[in-house]
Order: sequence, then structure tokens, then C-alpha cells
Amino acid sequence: MTTADAQVPGRKLDWLPLALVPALALAALLFITSLPTWITLTLAGLAMGMMIFMMASGLTLVFGLMDVMNFAHGVFISIGAYAAASVLVAMKGAMQAPSLAANLSAIVPALLAAIALAGFLGWFFERVVIRPVYGDHLRQILVTMGGLIVFEQLIHVVWGPDIIPLPQPATLSGSFLVGNAALERYRLLAVLVGLAIFAAMWLVLNRTRLGLLIRAGVENAEMVESLGYRIRLVFIAVFVAGSALAGLGGVMWGIYQGSVNAQMGMQVMVLLFIVLIIGGLGSVGGCFVGALLVGLATNYTGYLAPKLALGSSILLMVLVLLWRPRGLYPVGKA
Amino acid sequence: MPEALLSLAGVNTHIGQYHILQGVDFEVPRGGLTMLLGRNGAGKTTCLRTIMGLWKASAGTIRYDGAEIQRTPTPELARLGVAYVPENMGIFAGLTVRENLLLAARDRGLDAKRLGWLFDLFPAMQKFWNAFAGNLSGGQKQMLAIARAIVEPRKLLLIDEPTKGLAPAVIASMIEAFRELKRTESTILVVEQNFHFARSLGDSVAVMDSGRIVHTGGMDGLAADEPLQQRLLGLSLGTHQ
Repeated sequence: MTTADAQVPGRKLDWLPLALVPALALAALLFITSLPTWITLTLAGLAMGMMIFMMASGLTLVFGLMDVMNFAHGVFISIGAYAAASVLVAMKGAMQAPSLAANLSAIVPALLAAIALAGFLGWFFERVVIRPVYGDHLRQILVTMGGLIVFEQLIHVVWGPDIIPLPQPATLSGSFLVGNAALERYRLLAVLVGLAIFAAMWLVLNRTRLGLLIRAGVENAEMVESLGYRIRLVFIAVFVAGSALAGLGGVMWGIYQGSVNAQMGMQVMVLLFIVLIIGGLGSVGGCFVGALLVGLATNYTGYLAPKLALGSSILLMVLVLLWRPRGLYPVGKA
Repeated sequence: MPEALLSLAGVNTHIGQYHILQGVDFEVPRGGLTMLLGRNGAGKTTCLRTIMGLWKASAGTIRYDGAEIQRTPTPELARLGVAYVPENMGIFAGLTVRENLLLAARDRGLDAKRLGWLFDLFPAMQKFWNAFAGNLSGGQKQMLAIARAIVEPRKLLLIDEPTKGLAPAVIASMIEAFRELKRTESTILVVEQNFHFARSLGDSVAVMDSGRIVHTGGMDGLAADEPLQQRLLGLSLGTHQ
């Protein structure tokens, strides 16, 4: 086997896309001359990015593994937020108490309700709506858009058409002052939760057999089946987990915005698709970096040139695609 | 002739509007290496994919180890001891060599003794154990694809064009590896276009043309009959040394 002895180059971490995050932050510092303002904006951008990551990570995995572009993903975001809102409104006293333990006694059940309801809806959606249209992209777009509209209307039926206010818990509202920089507690929490979720996803994907199956399935689902695994079960697990994460992201986003409404999921979908495209469709790492970039760019632009804020993420996507046409971390599919 | 481990009777496969397999009948004797030959587009790959359940037979019967399998889902078939190496090798480029093999070993994990045997067969697998499969050369990828299929003993190996795109020196290495494989208890069905490779290894042969089997028999008989080679394959084996 002498011919097999040629050297194989090891795969190094592609750090360039990762370096874009600090590069963007440092570049912004040149224009935002006030350091405290820059710190506040950076934290806001990172928090926004983490919440976008929570909502988008399931969508990118579902696309990578199942080749399904689920336009109804926003429903899971809204449903999660509404489920949590129901719990939090019922436990209003605990939310407003100036005690972290009391706040947590309301927030934890709210998060669990959001994850459970969004996950269950994801399971139902995969079985009833997605399963008949595997492999047919045009129909996927039609039925998932249809599903989005139907479930939005169902939200109106169950929770009514009015916006539900969702105040921040007492101990998580307000800011820390570090020097002259104001660091919002809730944004810090969002960053920590986002990092914890990214770390958990990384561990599952890289240190477990399920993760091995998911990574292999994203590349070549048919070959995974040929090795003796029922990839459909992995599909369902990923779809449910992705929906549950969207629900969790929905709660965080709803509290961040201060209210929930039936269209909140749909409104954020454009941003999620931009993040997916920037990161590389199917790539969790790319989704993470893309979400942080979008979060930072939106906040910096909102401060420096408010009129351009809406277009900043699109401009970012265009620039990234000019550099890497398949996104920051493209996933090789067989 | 040994009893057949695999037999196809009147197998038809449609892909969309195309009628690819049009009544395929042949048998793969237990314990031997059968070559499935034929011109491009004859239906060889479709035949292998239909056996593996990746494309469903629209008519006919496929029997494996005494049971009908034409309706058996692919994962279940794999767990019955059928391993498949597709034409594009199907390796997971983003996984390491170790992870590719670990996945193929399924629930049992990697057996050290079996692994030692694999490393003797394909030393590159040991050398590049923690390298990403996508970084391997074409020959190394093919070795990984075959190593993955035999990481555990399998009853039937379905291998699609293992020499495709490989350099002559690598093909020579492959022939040695297949000779070693033939010493195991596995039954092997290989789709191949390289006639030198086919003649070197095949015990029996089936030739396809236009979705049908047009010849079956021993490899020696086909190798010795140049007019038959010309008629069936349009080429002489002698021209493919």
C-alpha cells in the first residue's frame, strides 16, 4: 500500500470567520469614540446575536440534515413565547418580587413550558406537514408557509389577538455600571444562556454517538441508512430539539422585546435566514458566528446610522457571500 | 456450485418515468466473489441500489439468506449483514477515519482484533486514524469506504466500482486487499468496469445490458472466450491488462 502513504494534510480550524466577530467590534470602536457606549452596544449586539442563534440553530440543523427549509419555524418561536407568557402572567407576583429565587420560580416553569409546547408542536408538524413533502422543495415552501399562517391564526384563537406584555423579571431588569458603561443584566443573562446552549450543542454534536449520526446525516443521510441506522428517527429528534430551541429563543426574545405577539416569529424569520446563509446552510458553528455578526452589525449601525440599521444585515450577507459564496462554514453534502 | 446467498428473479426498477431494470435474474453463490459487468448505463448501479433497498423494486423477488428482502428497509437490511460501498464511496468527509469506522461498527464499538486485521489490510487507515476523511486521497478514500464495510464481519458485501478513478498502482493494492477479503466468509458482489480487476478476482460473473442479465457463468469461461467478451462487453479482456 505504498501509494497510500502520501501525506494527508490535517484540517486546521478555519479561524478567519471567527476572527470577523472581534474584527467587527474593533472596527466599530474606531467610529464609536466613546468606550462606555461601545461596551454597551457590544453587549447588546452579543445578546441579540445569542438569541438569534437560539432561534436559528434548529432551523440550520433541520435544513442540513433533512434538506427541509421550514418557513414555519417562526411558529415555534411564537408558540414558545406565548406558552411562557401564559405561565409568567399567571405567576406575575413571583416575577415582580425583588428576589432571584422568586423570579426563578416563575421563569424556570415558563421556559420548560415553552420548550415542551414548541417541541411537541415540532413533533406534530414533522409528522403531519413535513413528512409528506420530503425531497420536494417547492411543496415544502408552500406547506410550511401555509402551516405558518394556520398556526398564527390558531395562536389568535387560543390567546386572542392582543399583544401580551412580558416584563423582565425584577432582579434581571436594570443595569450594572462598569465604569461609565451600563451593562444590562438581562442582556448578560442572554449571552450566558446562548453560550451555554452553544456549548451543549457542541458537546452533543462532537462527543456523542447521536452527534456523530447527525454530523454524518447532514453529509449523506442515505449512507447513514446503509450503515444500519434509521435516519428518520434522527430527523424527528433533531426537528423536535430544533423546535424546542426556537421556543426557548422565543421566550428570551419576547422578554427582550417586552411583549409577545403572534407575528413575532414570522418577523424574525428574515433575520434567521440571513444568519443561516451567512453561516453556511446546515452549519451550527457558522450559525453561531453569523448570529453574532448580525447582532453586532445591527446594534452598531443602529447607533451610527439609524437609517441603515434595517439594511445592515443584508449588506453583511452580501459582503460575506462575495467573500465566501457558500457561507462562512459551508457544509459539504454528498 | 454453492447455494446462492442472494438471488434476483424478475426484478424491475423504475426511477421516475424511466424503466431501468427490466427483469433481472441472477444468483450470487455463497462465499464467492461475483462480478457484475456491463457497459455504462446497463443498470449495474441500479441493480446494487435495488438490492440494498435504496431504490425499491417495482416487480420481482430478491432473496437473501433464504428470506425475501425486496420490501425490507435499508437499515434493517444492513443489520442483517449486508454492507454497501456506493460508487461515490459515501465516506463522511467531515468525520475522521476513526469516526467513519465507529459509525459503521454500530452499537458494538470497534473490536481491537478486527481493527488490527483492517490495519494490515489498509495500513493508511492506521496512519491517518485521526485525519478527516475529506482530506484523504482518492485511493485512501476508497480504502476507507471498503474498511468501513468490513469493520465487522458481514455476510454480503455490495461494492460499486471500487477501482473507479484510481491509479494503476492503487488498483494493484486493491486487488491484494480483495484477495485477502476473499479468504473471509463474506460473499462479495462487485460492480466493475476494469476487466483486469474483474478477471483477477472474480469467481463468477453476470453481465448486464439494457437492464437485463445477458450472461452468467464462471469468470474463467468469460476470460477465455474473447469473441464472447466482444459480443457482451464490446471489448476484449486482453486489451485491459
